[in-house]
Amino acid sequence: MADNIYTKRLDGRKMDELRKMSAEVGVIPNADGSATFSFGSTVAIAAVYGPKPLHPQHLQNPKKGIIRCNYDLLSFSVTERKRPGPSRRSQEISRIIEWALEPVLGLDEFPGTVIDVHLMIIQADASTRCAAINAAAIALAHAGVPMKDLVSSVSIGKLDKQLVVDVSKEEEDYHEGEGATDIAMTFMSNSDKVLALQLDGKITPEGLKEAVKLGRKATKEVHNLQVKVLKEYLEKTGGGD
Amino acid sequence: MNEQIKPVAIPGEIIKTGKEYLPGEWTMRIGDNIIATKYGIIDESGKFLRVIPVSGIYTPRRSDLIVGRITDITFNGWVVDVDAPYSAFLPLAEYPKFISSEELAEYLDIGDLILCQVNKNKRKGVDLTIKGRGLGKLDDGMIIKINPNKVPRVIGKEGSMVSLIKNYTNCEITVGQNGIIWIKGKELKDELSTKKAIEFVVEKSSVNGLTEIMKEYLENGGKK
Repeated sequence: MADNIYTKRLDGRKMDELRKMSAEVGVIPNADGSATFSFGSTVAIAAVYGPKPLHPQHLQNPKKGIIRCNYDLLSFSVTERKRPGPSRRSQEISRIIEWALEPVLGLDEFPGTVIDVHLMIIQADASTRCAAINAAAIALAHAGVPMKDLVSSVSIGKLDKQLVVDVSKEEEDYHEGEGATDIAMTFMSNSDKVLALQLDGKITPEGLKEAVKLGRKATKEVHNLQVKVLKEYLEKTGGGD
Repeated sequence: MNEQIKPVAIPGEIIKTGKEYLPGEWTMRIGDNIIATKYGIIDESGKFLRVIPVSGIYTPRRSDLIVGRITDITFNGWVVDVDAPYSAFLPLAEYPKFISSEELAEYLDIGDLILCQVNKNKRKGVDLTIKGRGLGKLDDGMIIKINPNKVPRVIGKEGSMVSLIKNYTNCEITVGQNGIIWIKGKELKDELSTKKAIEFVVEKSSVNGLTEIMKEYLENGGKK
């Protein structure tokens, strides 16, 4: 894609076009809140339990509740079977998601409690953590957790010199020129504040600024979908399950 | 949800703009805007805005009538699970008669279900009481669990829905604010049909004119 000789991407998308997104609320009746979110063939499912008392007690924070995330790929989500169980990667992403979600949650009202957020990727095609965060935000809202704002996430890629929105697996493995850079970014939906930003690859400071700008624009679309499914769900069911 | 669809609030969404509006429950002011902090329905009374949550777990309020299960016995009372973020405590002094602290288990043992009222809201958890008419240990009947946010729907306006079901099924129904419902009838058959009727209400809770639909449902002997 060097020198912008291409106007389209491998899968025919425009450079700033997201994959087809879909989301659903209330997919797990047993959970206090649940949702799925997908970017193309990347599908994440989120379940929220709590707030509930936290054990062991030494983990409790007497000032506020804590959030505990558990992100993982399911064995069959990737072409080569993923060994089940926590890995270095999944534990890191779990922590990152906790840190990204915590600032928007009003946990002061539940000191000494925990909110468990389980995030499973049932089909992986890059941008899994973004899909997981988007699903988690919907599920947390559905669980009736107090929130200052919704959270939306998107990945911006740099293929050689070209910035693209919502990277797919094919693009992630791009090797020509400068290769592929993948930047997963998470924003507060309404105030546009950055909650998390991870960069995997190489980019210039100017390029990063450009990428963040692009990300802010793309998360608006994500946010619109999140709001839409939440509203539709309430109109359909009158809330709850 | 009765007449028309009420406006929905999403966390972070701007409900109203203007200095004259006052933020109520589950809303807050940022600059000129009033934003929602919970997923629910917007309730507007004059200049006062609040959000009524539609999902999530039960949070106890003072004087709520709830059903709980004894999970532990301490030297001066019982620990009760009420399906809230914290466990509740029933002090010995709130038992209707005097008991010595050695014989707590003889009156209420672990696993027993009680109908109780929230007496005091503490920072962490609540204190309960079973002093009052009808409160105390539940010996027979059956317990079902529904979403606590649907409780107002099951009770109906001034208890209309509950009394309607009571009339048709000849069962006593006590709806706890925490979504746990106690049903007691003469026969198991009656209790089961009551359970079915309540589940039907929960399922249809967003439908308009539910009382009429319910009447029809009950007259048909529980067929939809």
